[in-house]
Amino acid sequence: MTERSSHLDALEAESIYIMREVAAQCEKPVMLYSIGKDSSVMLHLALKAFYPEKPPFPFLHVNTTWKFHEMIAFRDEQMKRYGLDFIEWINEDGVARGINPFDNGAAYTDIMKTQALKQALSHYGFTAAFGGGRRDEEKSRAKERIFSFRNAQQAWDPKNQRPEMWKLFNTHINKGESMRVFPISNWTEKDIWLYIRQEGIDIVPLYFAKERPCVERDGQLIMVDDDRFRFEPGEKPQMRKIRFRTLGCYPLTAGFESDADTIDAVIDETLGAVESERTTRVIDHDGGSASMEKRKLEGYF
Amino acid sequence: MLDLLKFITCGSVDDGKSTLIGHLLYDSKLIYADQARALELDSKVGSRGGAIDYSLLLDGLSEEREQGITIDVAYRYFTTDHRSFICADTPGHEQYTRNMAVGASFADLAVILVDASRGVLVQTRRHARICALVGIRDFVFAVNKMDLVGYDEAAFRAIEADIAGLAQELGLAHVAVIPVSATEGDNVTRESDRTPWYAGQALLPYLETVQVDNASRGAGFYMPVQRVSRPDHTFRGFQGQIEADRVAVGDEVRVLPSREKAHVKALLVAGKPAEEARFGQPATIQLDREIDVSRGCVIERGAGLKVASSVVATILWMDDAPLAEGRDFYVEVGTREIPGMLTQILYAIDVNTGERTKTATLEKNEIAVVRLGFTEAVVIDEFKNHRTMGEVILIDRVSHATSAAGVVERVDDADAAGAAQADSGLRMVLKGQVGSTFAFPLGEGSRRFALEEVKAIERALIEQGRDAYLYAPDEHSHVREVVTNLNRAGVTVLLAAGPAIEGALPARDEHLVFRNLVETVGTDPAAIVAYIKDMTATAADEGEDQWQRR
Repeated sequence: MTERSSHLDALEAESIYIMREVAAQCEKPVMLYSIGKDSSVMLHLALKAFYPEKPPFPFLHVNTTWKFHEMIAFRDEQMKRYGLDFIEWINEDGVARGINPFDNGAAYTDIMKTQALKQALSHYGFTAAFGGGRRDEEKSRAKERIFSFRNAQQAWDPKNQRPEMWKLFNTHINKGESMRVFPISNWTEKDIWLYIRQEGIDIVPLYFAKERPCVERDGQLIMVDDDRFRFEPGEKPQMRKIRFRTLGCYPLTAGFESDADTIDAVIDETLGAVESERTTRVIDHDGGSASMEKRKLEGYF
Repeated sequence: MLDLLKFITCGSVDDGKSTLIGHLLYDSKLIYADQARALELDSKVGSRGGAIDYSLLLDGLSEEREQGITIDVAYRYFTTDHRSFICADTPGHEQYTRNMAVGASFADLAVILVDASRGVLVQTRRHARICALVGIRDFVFAVNKMDLVGYDEAAFRAIEADIAGLAQELGLAHVAVIPVSATEGDNVTRESDRTPWYAGQALLPYLETVQVDNASRGAGFYMPVQRVSRPDHTFRGFQGQIEADRVAVGDEVRVLPSREKAHVKALLVAGKPAEEARFGQPATIQLDREIDVSRGCVIERGAGLKVASSVVATILWMDDAPLAEGRDFYVEVGTREIPGMLTQILYAIDVNTGERTKTATLEKNEIAVVRLGFTEAVVIDEFKNHRTMGEVILIDRVSHATSAAGVVERVDDADAAGAAQADSGLRMVLKGQVGSTFAFPLGEGSRRFALEEVKAIERALIEQGRDAYLYAPDEHSHVREVVTNLNRAGVTVLLAAGPAIEGALPARDEHLVFRNLVETVGTDPAAIVAYIKDMTATAADEGEDQWQRR
């Protein structure tokens, strides 16, 4: 354990305040659970915010069916351990059409992730969805409100955001409209890691370096997670000691070579980060620096 | 122990604000490498030719990049060896004042950019005024573009004197003025040798060491209740964030607005058992006895918060649609939301000059001192005494827009009579009509009515959306009281009675009483209906008169 940081305390207090506001004010909230380290922190914050009560909302995982196996195992263990109300959503139509990251590229992300999320939210009629977005991740996210209004088409209107004053959050919506709520908006990647260490939060083992089978493509190391992987001519999986900075769908998320196999080593490596974390998420580079903003307009988180 | 400073930067793109922040981050090696790469790529289409344009690092939305302006608040994060920082980078143009207010409400300190070649401008005054309005106590004026005035001390001192005047006018408590050049890097992250006449710190070292004023949170302990947690019959806890001071197990506390007292039985801080909870911490409080506590209540000790149904507040109007007096809203204060009404605009304050003017309407981004009424008494206090209980937002009941944000300047006396009057005034506007009484003397004769005639008038009024009530008492023992109370409830009373009708009418000074209908409009029912509607309507300018008459 390291010395408690007043700046992490301040961030924790803000996040807990936001979660309690949603639980008290929004009719049917849900927490999106993507299994990554930010989700682990969100889950931990939710457990603290409501203790001894369980978080008074379900946890939703939108499963693209291309998540790393270790992620799914970790997810199931966490949900069971804390006895949470858990919902898994898969875009069955996309599965039936055989949509996959190898053949369908950007359409895959749209159908299995963006569309699937919209389906799930409207299927259950959730009025507020917690997301783990952070403002330090990307330029357009830097401008998004904590309580981010979505119209009936679940789209974000960046030029017409509600003013967000002090801690007075306006949660009013009409039927069909909803809120995306980002309780860890003001955390940086560094804060997330320091908090994981301070609180001893469990994260998916993929964040720690280990010998894993992978192939190198365009300078990035793609892990071969199962036999659905399609090799390019001449490609062969090779064992490399890699870890992941972010976790998405396995063929779209690159790992990188590292020896950091403990939380301290990961933090040492991260705090001296020379690459910001989304570099290794391949999808963000489609369409240049405006691409995340464009997907958000379409309803991506 | 590393702490956190939240600050806002105000200034327009012409002041080099984005360049300053970009430079701050870049110089401190605080940006990640791939963002630097993106910056390099973006700068190829940027406005400064081949040179690195730091501002492109900051302006996030595509439209902003194309227009070369900053239209919404962007949050930046960086950490030095001394502190963690969150910077709310806000737009400078007047049309985006509300976005600036959002950033300011988040911040503990304001960095306001002044162009050394242009001095203190109207916009400088606007930025400082908005920041001060929403509660910032600590200000840094960064006098930028010192390179354009040849690092001239006299030019700087003249601007410094203007800033001192502004600080006095706005009552700014802690003010630093720093000469900088964002493009050249003077006094940004390290002291410049081109300003030997400046003895103070460079901007970043100043931000790393300044102690912001948090004492103004208010005296005593208080915690607005966000939520009541009741997982089972053995546990009942009140969740909220401590807004001032501290509370310990065993303390006697008071719950507002009920004023019931109890002792703290147990405390959780961020989910863990604790002996005490301090300012800023998320707490769950258990009390030693069952008293009525719900969201919106405030648990306090020695804070002396007020309970009232009417306040005077300074607001910033943020809605695209203009405001007129008499509009009703949902009002949020603390964790309470309550229907309320903006009953009167006392005067507008020019956001640029501070000049006060009388007005009946407000446009977007205008400031005014107004009177707000609530449908019932709520826990509230003056912003200068207890910040959190003095912050309000007004939400449009139809569009759900956050129409205004304000700070409470004065809480009206909450004695029973005052509260009843405020309620009466509020209902008046919520119902869209003035509580009033119209005398319909019953009987034979040209100036008298048959009961059936009055019933027809009542029906016509109701059909036209008015809350009218035909009251035809049999005897007059309590009639006056009944009529007075109906008027207080905002009802238009059609009092149909015999010869003793005069004794049944409410006192003229409390409500509108119309004795001489026939003399005024004659006996045509349609004319009477039109007249009643006209006389009881709450037009914006009339509403103010009615209010003052009370």
